[in-house]
Amino acid sequence: MEKALNETGLFEIYEKVLSDTRLSAEDGELLFSTTHLPALGYLANLKRERLNGNRTYYIYNQHINYSNICINLCKFCAFGKEKTHPKAYEMSIEEIVSKIRERHAEPVTEVHIVGGLHPDLPYGYYIDMLKAVKAERPEIHIQAFTCVEIAHLAAISGRSIAETLEDLMQAGLGSIPGGGAEVFSTRIREKLCPGKLPGKDWLEVAKTAHRAGLRTNATMLYGHIETISERIEHLLALREAQDETSGFLCYIPLAFHPKNTKLEYLSSTGGVDDLKSIAVSRLLLDNFPHIKAYWVMLGPKVAQIALSFGADDLDGTVLEEKITHMAGADTSQAMTRSEIEHLIRQAGREPVERDTLYEPV
Amino acid sequence: MISPIISKVRAGRRVSRDDAILLYQEADLNVLGQLADEVRRRLHPKPIVTYVIDRNINYTNICISGCKFCAYYCAPSDISGYVLSRKELAGKLEETKSLGGTQILLQGGLHPDLPLTFYEEMLSFIKDSFAIHCHAFSPPEIVHFSKISGLSVKEVLVRLIKAGLDSIPGGGAEILTDRVRKQISPRKATTDEWLNVMETAHGLGIKTTATMMYGHVERPEERIEHLLRLRDLQDRTGGFTAFIAWPFQPKNTALDVRPSTGQEYLRLLSIARIVLDNFPNLQASWVTQGPKVAQIALFFGANDFGSTMIEENVVAAAGVNHRLSEAEIRRIVAGAGFEPHQRLMDYSLVSESAKVRDQRSEVKKKMNIEHRTSNIEF
Repeated sequence: MEKALNETGLFEIYEKVLSDTRLSAEDGELLFSTTHLPALGYLANLKRERLNGNRTYYIYNQHINYSNICINLCKFCAFGKEKTHPKAYEMSIEEIVSKIRERHAEPVTEVHIVGGLHPDLPYGYYIDMLKAVKAERPEIHIQAFTCVEIAHLAAISGRSIAETLEDLMQAGLGSIPGGGAEVFSTRIREKLCPGKLPGKDWLEVAKTAHRAGLRTNATMLYGHIETISERIEHLLALREAQDETSGFLCYIPLAFHPKNTKLEYLSSTGGVDDLKSIAVSRLLLDNFPHIKAYWVMLGPKVAQIALSFGADDLDGTVLEEKITHMAGADTSQAMTRSEIEHLIRQAGREPVERDTLYEPV
Repeated sequence: MISPIISKVRAGRRVSRDDAILLYQEADLNVLGQLADEVRRRLHPKPIVTYVIDRNINYTNICISGCKFCAYYCAPSDISGYVLSRKELAGKLEETKSLGGTQILLQGGLHPDLPLTFYEEMLSFIKDSFAIHCHAFSPPEIVHFSKISGLSVKEVLVRLIKAGLDSIPGGGAEILTDRVRKQISPRKATTDEWLNVMETAHGLGIKTTATMMYGHVERPEERIEHLLRLRDLQDRTGGFTAFIAWPFQPKNTALDVRPSTGQEYLRLLSIARIVLDNFPNLQASWVTQGPKVAQIALFFGANDFGSTMIEENVVAAAGVNHRLSEAEIRRIVAGAGFEPHQRLMDYSLVSESAKVRDQRSEVKKKMNIEHRTSNIEF
């Protein structure tokens, strides 16, 4: 295989991976542009196995999207609605609690709660939501509110990011999901989501959370109008932040789904780009413990292939996921534990059910 | 140890049965893929990925074979059985032509009562009315025609060729070992019968494809055995143009197994590219894998994107329903860094400038056609 790699132009990167040498932006460009897809997969898999062996994680989780009402209305989003829109909704605390209660009999370890930036729900709503979920199911881990929502909650409460995080943690917040990062580039944000939290502020919220003792995830929404350089800048900004705080657990590349968005004229991402996005992130983000192939977005087939391209996590047995499905994802709403384990074993990997912090359940 | 086998493949030497089994079972997905990609690049140095514009026409769903893996057939007593009328056939052919189609894939169940003359007349009708390539009748159908007519396979083929048969699709191969066939399709052509039809057809100057349906009751060694039987025959005749593999789709069938995964597909495709060193082309099966995995497959041995499948019924009956227009196929191929190119059944390329001209003149006709897929674009 070494001889083969030598002919693909990736041999120097192979040597760097073997010696745990950090890759450069130029290496990232070369990896994204290679026409040798299996060779790229081989390198990413090497890194994956050095970090995570043969293990492939999944989580028994529940998703709740508390409201789709949003003041940002980003062009790539099919989920957010204006308050007056006929399909706009918001859940009461009681509705959220009843969703938790409905699944009491199941071994759910994590509830994943995100929503739009609601114009007038008060700060207390969010605090009460966390408390009510904890009261209903005290052992459950709440992963909630992207960095963008945290900044919004700070704005409506008039408290600092650190104070807001402290309030939320006291109410039951366990960790922060990686959404809202999109692409950090100001060029992209001005074009697609001008009202949204700027990239550097997103990173600042994440780092503040890390300092407060919260673990968080990171994402990138790829496959719309961003350039390869902008993807690499995004990854390197995450790597730099992680060098400072070590608070990120997992990176999740999110494939853009154009249906029902203002960018509907764009195509869906190709399978090759999906795999490259996984593989290059595994290779560049040498300080991120985990890379997730989010099967809801990629489909089970590509997500399983991604387990040989750097990914070591498939996410969960998701129920009631709305954001991707509004954008036309044709995957089913949930996979069972045995379906996920079958996929993992068929890829020659060892399935490990984890909790939010990657401890085996 | 697989490294001597890796060196062998890289040096362009043929792999043995034992090599193939070991490589298939032991090699990492990306090692298999890398080798398959190297073989593909040797055979197809230009970055071109081809596709054909055609439609599947299933002239009947009535079938006495009763294969356990099939969600499409009807027993002769079933009221939902059909035989296409001439009018229906003509409508499908007109639509195919208007969409730039160059061929039809004409297949059906093993009907208990229709005589050989029915098939001859169907071919003559098509050839008399439409200038279109007839890729028709998989080997189990030919064997069936031979049984109902009392003629030899060769005599049947000669008559069908005279009536307009141009080439034979590789369907009905499933897994070419009799242990498997006895379990899943006991009333269908045996391994030797299937291969004999192909050898006879090749001897008469007819090109054919070959397929494999995996992921049911077969063992990994039987997949390799299947590939080796094909390779042996191809050594003798050179009549196969392409190999196409797809996984068994369990929904609505009598076999209860889990659907095959994406990794399994890429592994099978890769080992096929490595073993079938005398097959010029390998197709990616977007119909069963979806567009994303089919695009990935272009780096795991495939050099062809199959057909636009203006109509497809058999896989759809098993609950898998991907649709792609020609424009989408071209976009997916180009998105992987390849040049998309329309081809004919024999893999000769359709001139792209002639294509543009044809399409312009056909646009008007197309406007009047109501089509199952709304997103056919030019």
